[in-house]
Amino acid sequence: MTSQEWKFTNKEIADKPDLFLSGHRACAGCAPATALRLIMKATRGPTIVTEATGCMEVVSSIYPYTSWGLPWLHTAFETAAANASGIEAALKILRKKGKIQDRHVDVIALAGDGGTYDIGLQALSGAVERGHDFLFVLYDNEGYMNTGIQRSGGTPKGAATTTSPAGTVVPGKLERKKPISEIMLAHEIEYVATASTYYWRDLVSKVRKGLEVEGPAFLHVFAPCPRGWRTDPAKSIEYSKLAVETCVFPVWEAIKGKRQLSIPSKMFALAPQKKKPITEYLQGQGRFRHLFAPKNAELLAEMQLTTDERWAQLLKKCEPI
Amino acid sequence: MGTTKKTKQETMALSGDEAVAYAAKQSDVDVVAAYPITPQTIIVEKFSEYVANGEVQTEFVCTESEHSALATCLAASATGARTFTASASAGLALMHEMLFVASGCRTPIVMAIANRALSAPLNIHGDQSDSMAERDSGWIQLYVENAQEAYDSVIQAFKIAEDTNVMLPVIVGLDGFTLSHTLENVEVLPDETVLDFIGKRELPNVLTHEGKTVPFKLDPDTPMTMGPIALPNYYFEFKRQQEEAMKNALKLIKEVNSKYARVSGRSYGDGLIECYRLEDADVATVCVGSTAGTMKETVDEMRQEGFKVGLLRLRTFRPLPVEELRSALENVKAIGVMDKSMSFGGEGGAVFHEIRHVIYDAEKHPQIIDYIYGLGGRDSSPRELRRVYEDLLSTLNVGHAKKKINYIGLRE
Repeated sequence: MTSQEWKFTNKEIADKPDLFLSGHRACAGCAPATALRLIMKATRGPTIVTEATGCMEVVSSIYPYTSWGLPWLHTAFETAAANASGIEAALKILRKKGKIQDRHVDVIALAGDGGTYDIGLQALSGAVERGHDFLFVLYDNEGYMNTGIQRSGGTPKGAATTTSPAGTVVPGKLERKKPISEIMLAHEIEYVATASTYYWRDLVSKVRKGLEVEGPAFLHVFAPCPRGWRTDPAKSIEYSKLAVETCVFPVWEAIKGKRQLSIPSKMFALAPQKKKPITEYLQGQGRFRHLFAPKNAELLAEMQLTTDERWAQLLKKCEPI
Repeated sequence: MGTTKKTKQETMALSGDEAVAYAAKQSDVDVVAAYPITPQTIIVEKFSEYVANGEVQTEFVCTESEHSALATCLAASATGARTFTASASAGLALMHEMLFVASGCRTPIVMAIANRALSAPLNIHGDQSDSMAERDSGWIQLYVENAQEAYDSVIQAFKIAEDTNVMLPVIVGLDGFTLSHTLENVEVLPDETVLDFIGKRELPNVLTHEGKTVPFKLDPDTPMTMGPIALPNYYFEFKRQQEEAMKNALKLIKEVNSKYARVSGRSYGDGLIECYRLEDADVATVCVGSTAGTMKETVDEMRQEGFKVGLLRLRTFRPLPVEELRSALENVKAIGVMDKSMSFGGEGGAVFHEIRHVIYDAEKHPQIIDYIYGLGGRDSSPRELRRVYEDLLSTLNVGHAKKKINYIGLRE
């Protein structure tokens, strides 16, 4: 890992040909699609991508069409990390035996929150423990959107989904969002980071850093889903900004276990008064609409408290600014 | 087994599992991904030793589950590597989802299965419930009679799987403990003979979405989308192609069996089925796996006593050699099918169903009786197996079977 701070210019990014190509069938306002396009802009050379079953897999590979400008493999929902293990192992030995060109090939595994927090967690933990050289990118839209908006381990507390509906007795999901990046950090890998789609330069730099690590790297990308969140498709990127501004989803990176807030979140550590109340983020999201009913006022207050607590804990875990 | 020996071979004392590992070692496998499970574990332990001692050039990936083991093999195979894994019972059941993906992605993985019972109740001993339950997963399935055949079949499996007209994964099934853990004299070919026999992995050329013809693998120079989603307008064609590949395999397994015989002096029937004193037999059993060994002894014994009994060993369960089975069995008057697995509520075991299906189109219709035996590793003695023939012979006198479905050695 170089200590070099990656700074992609607008021009560099714009000039680089797309590897996640247009023509895919993602919904209007799909932030994961925007994020993927940016992620692929950060590739640095020969790359193989493997992707878990999910929205982005389905919209990009409808036979006989494809949106992938690089070699791409999908096998199942829970297998992104295991596939990456196999690709990396094959590349390593085939190169050693002289059966393929003698060059490094990057391996990227992509999965949504279902394929990461839930069904894919075992394979991810295993692959990371074994130390395969790959970057795992989680695009987190906080639910099983492809199957019709069901709750996942990544769905936040209070959110209404089709399997955690806001009813007369139960106010949406009762459980908190699983701290997936903390779990990955606990694997003691060289690079773990979080990013949000709005902060594209931060996102692209982190992808590149993750690729440069020799060994496993994990990147958690926050990517709103207008269908699942019941939001205006024109505002997906705005919500990805508000999540950071309210400290609901702080962005940071940990290199060799040393964690630092990234610039977009650092601002709120330096000027706490600028931190927005979570209601600014929750308002306008259909999945949180019920929280604004008077009977849920307590829950709303608790969610603000939890966000503040998690933010305070995070500040303690980060290197001094 | 044939008799002509052309290559000088070494005799080694190997268990079935060790024979499998040795064959995989000689096959120059690029990637092995596996997870331990009894009675397969010796295979991966042995292979790990080869890796640790630098005897193989293989990436050995100790995955955290069988599901990931197969997913790892699949992706490695898609990247162009020769891949091998081994499993059994619950491990194979955990792979179930990926078995279909591996055959659907046309990845020629070779997997040894040390056949073992499925839970519950938990049982680590041998029967064939595990791989019989994967009948429709799109894998070629070969079942072996002894450690020698386990060795030979793993080598043959690579040749079959990787053939560009086949491109299907292969299971080599060996009975848990009976074969996996039992030491036998195994004749092994020199390394270079094995390598020469299998050859290097060839990749078929395919047309990409960009209209380019490129080798079928994940390669940054020739980007390809593998494992896409196919909607009702295309999915069916993918499946039909797999069936065509199975048909090609049927032919190829025979060819590989005879080619291998020329190199090693060993062959197993025509590669698909092995007939033992069947030509003039009145009654015959159909066996899968190691039981055929005991059955052959029984046949010899009863032949000496003047009974016209025979045996058919089904070596290739998938693709099912329908024509070969029919012509070999249609002149028999009563057939006893030996099933080491059950199909609950299905009136008989998996092999029974297959044989009945085969005989439907025959001109003559012999009696077909199912004998379910050996579940959870229960021993079946030569005396019990002899009773199968006696039962079949008595059927000839009566003209019909007393019971269609019979259980051997069961407390009832």
